[in-house]
Amino acid sequence: MIKYIAKRLLLMVPMLLGISLLTLLIMHLSPGDPTSLRYGLNPEVSGSARAQLKELYNLDKPFVVQYGCWLKRVVTLDFGRSFVDNRPVIDKIKERLPATLLLQISALLLIFSIAIPVGVLSAVKQNSFFDKVTTFLVFIGFATPTFWLALMLMRLFSFELEWFPVSGMSPWYAQYMSLPQRIGDILWHLVLPLVTLAFTGLASLSRYVRYSMLEVIRQDYIRTARAKGLAENRIIFKHALKNALLPVVTILGMTLPALIGGSFIFETIFAWPGMGRLGYMSIMQYDYPTVMGVGIISVFLTLLGILISDILYAAIDPRIRYE
Amino acid sequence: MKLKESKFFSSSSYTFKPSYIIEGMIMKTLFAITVSFLLFIFGFSFSFADDYGDAYVSGSLSDATILIPFLADDSASGGICGLVYNGLTKVDKDLKVVGDLAKSWEVSDDKLRIIFKLRENVIWQDGVEFTAEDVKFTFETILNPDNAVPYIASFQDIENIRVIDKHTIEFVYKKPYAPALLKLGMGIIPKHLFKGINIRDSKYARAPVGTGPYILDVWKTDQHMILNSYKDYFDGEPYISKYVERIIPDQAVQFLELITGGIDYMSLSPYQYKYRTETIKFNQRFNKYKYLAHQYTYIGYNLKDPMFSDKRVRQALSYAIDKEAIIEGVLMGLGEECSGPFIKNTYAYNDDVKKYPYDPDKARELLAEAGWEDTDADGILDKNGQPFSFKLITNQGNKQREDVATITQRNWQDIGIKVEVQTIAFVTFLKEFVDKRNFQALILGWTMPIDPDCYNVWHSETIKEGGLNFIGYNNPEVDKLIEAARGTYDISERAKCYQKIHALIAEEQPYTFLYFPYALPAVNKRFKGIVPAPAGISYDFINWHVPKAEQRYVF
Repeated sequence: MIKYIAKRLLLMVPMLLGISLLTLLIMHLSPGDPTSLRYGLNPEVSGSARAQLKELYNLDKPFVVQYGCWLKRVVTLDFGRSFVDNRPVIDKIKERLPATLLLQISALLLIFSIAIPVGVLSAVKQNSFFDKVTTFLVFIGFATPTFWLALMLMRLFSFELEWFPVSGMSPWYAQYMSLPQRIGDILWHLVLPLVTLAFTGLASLSRYVRYSMLEVIRQDYIRTARAKGLAENRIIFKHALKNALLPVVTILGMTLPALIGGSFIFETIFAWPGMGRLGYMSIMQYDYPTVMGVGIISVFLTLLGILISDILYAAIDPRIRYE
Repeated sequence: MKLKESKFFSSSSYTFKPSYIIEGMIMKTLFAITVSFLLFIFGFSFSFADDYGDAYVSGSLSDATILIPFLADDSASGGICGLVYNGLTKVDKDLKVVGDLAKSWEVSDDKLRIIFKLRENVIWQDGVEFTAEDVKFTFETILNPDNAVPYIASFQDIENIRVIDKHTIEFVYKKPYAPALLKLGMGIIPKHLFKGINIRDSKYARAPVGTGPYILDVWKTDQHMILNSYKDYFDGEPYISKYVERIIPDQAVQFLELITGGIDYMSLSPYQYKYRTETIKFNQRFNKYKYLAHQYTYIGYNLKDPMFSDKRVRQALSYAIDKEAIIEGVLMGLGEECSGPFIKNTYAYNDDVKKYPYDPDKARELLAEAGWEDTDADGILDKNGQPFSFKLITNQGNKQREDVATITQRNWQDIGIKVEVQTIAFVTFLKEFVDKRNFQALILGWTMPIDPDCYNVWHSETIKEGGLNFIGYNNPEVDKLIEAARGTYDISERAKCYQKIHALIAEEQPYTFLYFPYALPAVNKRFKGIVPAPAGISYDFINWHVPKAEQRYVF
């Protein structure tokens, strides 16, 4: 097992190399450079000043040299400085990651705690009224554009009813609050974003659980359990659910990129200071070091997530063994 | 500074029900009674001497990036730098150059030397005295090519900077350069902190120390920034204790924040200004302002294209465009017609230039004169067997320009010109079309600096690749006038030059000048002392104040 993990970790290295090379290549393939967007139409910035800036950022060097420089630094875990504000990229990521993780992990927990019971119940009571209503609702959630739902919720709960704050993660005067007040305040700010994320994200997982539960219920061993005279609750939750959840572990691994990457549109609407905004803005501003930093860290964490979900497989399914 | 009690969130439960409003009203009544009593007794007008306090929360679409004045290249950073730093000069409410850190200045007879007398009571926010050495250091830093300062071109005619004494400094120029007075308004940085360190990587880029009215206290990237008033500001302590900038990247969400009290200021879209803020309720709580932004939108013609080389054709294209309809349709009427490349209502802007009101018949006439007629009766004008058909391009992501394109296309179609509209991603648009002069007609806009010097856009020297005279406008008379205007500090002389330039350009129509949009800010009514002027509303922010009884945040 340890040998297997080590092998998998080693395999990540060429993967990361390839992905980083591709990322930089794609950034360079798009027309323009960091100075064209910022200064292209600024009458007060001369062409020679732009050339000097390019020199400062090493953009006058050939692509391979630029990649080499980047690689050399990254090996020492130095991700360089942003072209936009000259701050170390790692600082920029560090200040964003908590906000994204807080929101995405709580959303994931909320989605799991709703989707699994809903999926199980609608499988067990297939074609019942409950099944039909929940199917209808989760598909509505799936089809609703996030930004629209977010604005509607804001309008109703923040503007009309004034129950929740409109946007942001914590108010500017949070620094004058006591710690419990501050935590309460963040939770208060979390409600609308969470509801939006959960409602629009419920569909796939609950459908997955329902489908896989339906599969399992028809299996011979369930019939055997019933024939033994086991209680229905025990059959469903002990025997069936455990097996039905296996594919869910795969989904968990697949949600990891979003977990770290955040979502640009969502974060923009809720003024949430997360990774999605950072990644998107740095692409738009041709901020190569930040794009590379965000990219490489997301890819690394994603690969790690997939590895963990593979290991989890072995842990929960005795049929799977890694040599 | 500790928050003792805030009326806003002191209640134990997190409800938004604003109890402070009722409290505020009682206080207000009491206050009003007291004030009228005082007025009655003393018989002089009430001054707001005690109205210190409160916080001003402004909504911004994007966050600042770097708080060093000459490296700040986005409007958000520029705005914060304006609160933290001062330059030698600034513009007053009427856009006239006045002293800021400089008390006065003198220009030598040969116009090559400017001697600034500096204020003597200026203390950096960290307690060190401000002197002429700081000024010298700032501009030498800008001129050092290693620092790759984007605005270096505005200073490269400086030959020498000499400190005469602690409060006197002399700038020597290689040639007379009148825009210098405003360019030297660039924020001054403290020598004692920046000396010998890498400017770009320094911690002061995020924790600036300036001479200005506000001191940066907290900066949470993409969330908010808090600035505290500087008690020892040389122009007097600002009334408002805290300036807060909240980053809310969506304008619709900003509007909800404004209404629910989360922010006190935002810049409205024309749609919001016209249709969302006309209610009595809104106007009881907010003041809306409207003034010309220092920008204009235009259609530029590539003068190297034979189709546009005839002046009459360009004039005809201008006559054919219904500018009023464009202002109505694109800006909901919230803009003014533009006739030339200067800020309207300033000394450079000439009101008596040739105008091009909507007149399709006149357009057809001019085109016929130039030889464009519909000989084959297909509805499209032609000349020498070639139809009058071209491509109009603009950049993606600017809804207003896209709408202008649609309306113009229709207008031109009415007089028999076939136009294909194409919108292109901004950087590609610049790289492949503008920089390479590879276009026929384009829609773009310019933001105008306060100084009317227009060398970078209209002088024939800037036709070459990389320059901004991408339409290829080459008029020796305009070139001479631009140079002459740079060479004199006399405003009336400069006015003559620029007004002449304006008239020449209006006559030749290398651009069809479309409109100046309005800036449309909304500010919470509790802020008093706001006087709209050509410079906007925020030029004297330090004099804005909130009467004690109406203050919302108590520290």
